[in-house]
Amino acid sequence: MSAIAESSEIIQSFIQRAEAVSAQVERFATKQNALESLVRLLHEEQVEDKPDSYAVWSASPMIGETERTQLEAAVPGLRFDVTRELAAAAKVGISQMDWALANTGTLVQCADAVDKRLVSTLPLLHVAVVSTAALLPDLPAVLRKIDPRKSSYLSFITGPSRTADIERVLTIGVHGPERLLIVLVDDLEAAA
Amino acid sequence: MSEEFKQSILDALANPNLSGALGRFSEAYRVSRAKAYEGIDFEAVRSEIAAVKSSAAGQLDVLADKFKAAAEARGTKVFRTDSPKAVRDYILRLAQEHGVKSIVKSKSMASEEIHLNKHLEQAGIDVQETDLGEWIIQLAGQTPSHMVMPAIHMTKEEVADVFSENVEEGQQPDIPKLVKFARGKLRAKFLGADMGISGANIAVAETGSLVIITNEGNARLVTTLPKIHVAIVGLEKLIEHFGDITPILTALPRSATSQLLTSYVSIISGPVANTDGTPKELHIILMDNRRNEMARDPRFKQALQCIRCASCLNVCPVFRLVGGHVFGKVYTGGIGTILTAWFGALKESDEIQSLCIQCGNCKEMCPAKIDIPDLILELRRRLAVEQGQPLMQKAIFSVVNNRRMFHGIMRAASVGQIPFAKQGLIRHLPMFLSSMTEFRSLPAIAAVPFRDRIQKIKQPKCTEKAALFGGCLVDFAYPEVGEKVVEVLNKAGIEVIFPEGQTCCGAPARYSGAYEVAAQNGADNIKALLAEDVKYVVSACPTCTVALKQDFIANLEAVGRTGELPAARQLAEKVVDFSTLASMLVDAGRLKFKKGIEPTKFTYHDSCHYKRTLHAEQTPRKLMKLAGHELVEMQESDMCCGMGGSYTLKLPELSAPILERKLVNIEQAGAPLVLIDCPGCVMQIRGGLDKRGSKIQVEHTVQRLAECLE
Repeated sequence: MSAIAESSEIIQSFIQRAEAVSAQVERFATKQNALESLVRLLHEEQVEDKPDSYAVWSASPMIGETERTQLEAAVPGLRFDVTRELAAAAKVGISQMDWALANTGTLVQCADAVDKRLVSTLPLLHVAVVSTAALLPDLPAVLRKIDPRKSSYLSFITGPSRTADIERVLTIGVHGPERLLIVLVDDLEAAA
Repeated sequence: MSEEFKQSILDALANPNLSGALGRFSEAYRVSRAKAYEGIDFEAVRSEIAAVKSSAAGQLDVLADKFKAAAEARGTKVFRTDSPKAVRDYILRLAQEHGVKSIVKSKSMASEEIHLNKHLEQAGIDVQETDLGEWIIQLAGQTPSHMVMPAIHMTKEEVADVFSENVEEGQQPDIPKLVKFARGKLRAKFLGADMGISGANIAVAETGSLVIITNEGNARLVTTLPKIHVAIVGLEKLIEHFGDITPILTALPRSATSQLLTSYVSIISGPVANTDGTPKELHIILMDNRRNEMARDPRFKQALQCIRCASCLNVCPVFRLVGGHVFGKVYTGGIGTILTAWFGALKESDEIQSLCIQCGNCKEMCPAKIDIPDLILELRRRLAVEQGQPLMQKAIFSVVNNRRMFHGIMRAASVGQIPFAKQGLIRHLPMFLSSMTEFRSLPAIAAVPFRDRIQKIKQPKCTEKAALFGGCLVDFAYPEVGEKVVEVLNKAGIEVIFPEGQTCCGAPARYSGAYEVAAQNGADNIKALLAEDVKYVVSACPTCTVALKQDFIANLEAVGRTGELPAARQLAEKVVDFSTLASMLVDAGRLKFKKGIEPTKFTYHDSCHYKRTLHAEQTPRKLMKLAGHELVEMQESDMCCGMGGSYTLKLPELSAPILERKLVNIEQAGAPLVLIDCPGCVMQIRGGLDKRGSKIQVEHTVQRLAECLE
């Protein structure tokens, strides 16, 4: 199998598995396209500079000084100085994940920095950006890359928060996000 | 069995939510679980888990030291103790030192095991469970009924009432609204809590890591928002290597909730910064509470392999009828029975162990390869030793061993002429066919037992001989089954003898924990069956076959009669169940099917021992298809019929509804014939169908096979 065919198979598998657990997946060729789409999304979600309407974006390799300034200008209420209070009063949390697993539709992140966990736990919508090149086949593949000796808090996220504790009826959105939007970006550099 | 315990069973059976919701769940679970395991080699994964966890259980102290060293090197405080009290005191002291007023908890069975909440609440601390199911039962003042779904016994109406009464009035029985309500109320608790308490699913010794699995996301909040995180970890959660989390993370979500992976997996290997920049206080408590003692027990060490998926509850024919509360307050179901005996006391398992019908479903499903039914039998044995055998039980087994007397009493009872002096005894006889069993008709006990009938059968003289082991049911209730075995084997040129010295196979004694009696049964049978030189020892009863092939050896070993083991093994070599032998004879061309048999639709009931111990369940299906008949599978063909030997007499309340479900599945299959390889199941199912006025025929495989042969 050619490398391209193999990589497209892994992408298809990831999308299928993630959607099967109620995540939404969008794919973009460039970071620029992805950012433009995110700005539109934040407007649609009526993100504003007031409590319960913020969007919080945790430190991400894809966001440099330039991107940050542009985004802040484009979306009032989008904050990069994530605090507990802001995250608790935010509609949308955005973060960049380190890897994704094709056979389970899982996102993986070294989340020692607390802002990464705040944006992916407190708001109702979590937008997870991940490089298409960071797709790995399965759990053993990512376990070879992560080192618990170096990361104190590793997060694996598969779909939105869910419960079946009342009469076994699947209900999405308990303590964590009720929506998970995964944004695959082809031209982002993958984590090592 | 106490009246109180019987009553708890009856109450559970009368609860329509339990029988309805749990029953539907249990049926759906098997299907969704199988789907979740698609593309996964379950046997390989569970062998890996068993190896990893067994190796860990063999060195708990070493791994605990390793874990402590690795975690402390990162700044985590690790406290290791044997005592539940020390755990409670440690957490309370820590809370008091830091002025903790409120605590949020994510699910921790270990904390339930030591009744932590009560202790902290008594000291004036607000303790909030945050897993939705745990929160519901906390508010309701109940205990979990299921290890994975603690509130599975409650309806949405009950949940709405619990919320209305304890949190805020006016809650409606609408599940999404109830979930939203919980989110809102608990969010404030998360943000305001001073301490978070969690459990852990895995603790990795070499890296000092905790692996915590949830779906709701509450563990992420519990470990992120409060400045102090305390994790309570039972020593059995330890594994040595980080890479070994793979098989556990592969099996646990699939077996527990039929998911490929839970929504969240957090791997915490050291303290991280709090939201205000201060370093988190991370405390890990490694709790022993008899786990080391368990690890030193050669039989029960295996139970430490458990990964708490609760699949043994989900597939249990008894659990799905009565739910968890009948089993106890913390750990429920099959594995719960074992854990209760250890983390509590052996005698606490006295009544709940009797709930096990020994069908073996859980053993087949266990992702940690724990032989749960065998361990429950071992509990039964130890209880019998500890409590001594009641006199009545001893009397019963002396009757069972005297075959002529046993037959006489059974026959008298069957024709309604029970001598008054024997009435008390009869009620306790294993396999006894009493009027207590109103839910099915019973076979008449044959006037002439098979042991006498066989003498009258004219058999051809053959060089090859087989000894037939009858067992109670073939000998006394269904001699016609024995006659058909003789007929078929004669056709293949095998002469059948019936060694007169054979007695009860010992299963009733073994399953009552009376191993001395069972071992003696075995010894008597070994002597009788090896007396004459035969090629095969054949039985038409799977339970007897298992006894002859495996249990004789195990029983003799258990009571230290090792000198008799070589003979037991010699016998085991010759033992074969009827259908397997018939299939061998067909393959060898010694039995031939008649031409032009009218094809009949049939369905097949898998007897527990036949499928899960002898693994022969495909053989009779194949034979009947070769004969030209058409198999129509029923739903849950391998679910127990509720007979379970003397179980049906001890717990007819449970035996009846288990049978009921089987009968419905048989009727829905739509075939006019059910074939079965076990005379016990024949008795249960035929009796049940007859009581319902059904026209469906129930036969032992040998009866139908005999008609199909030239």
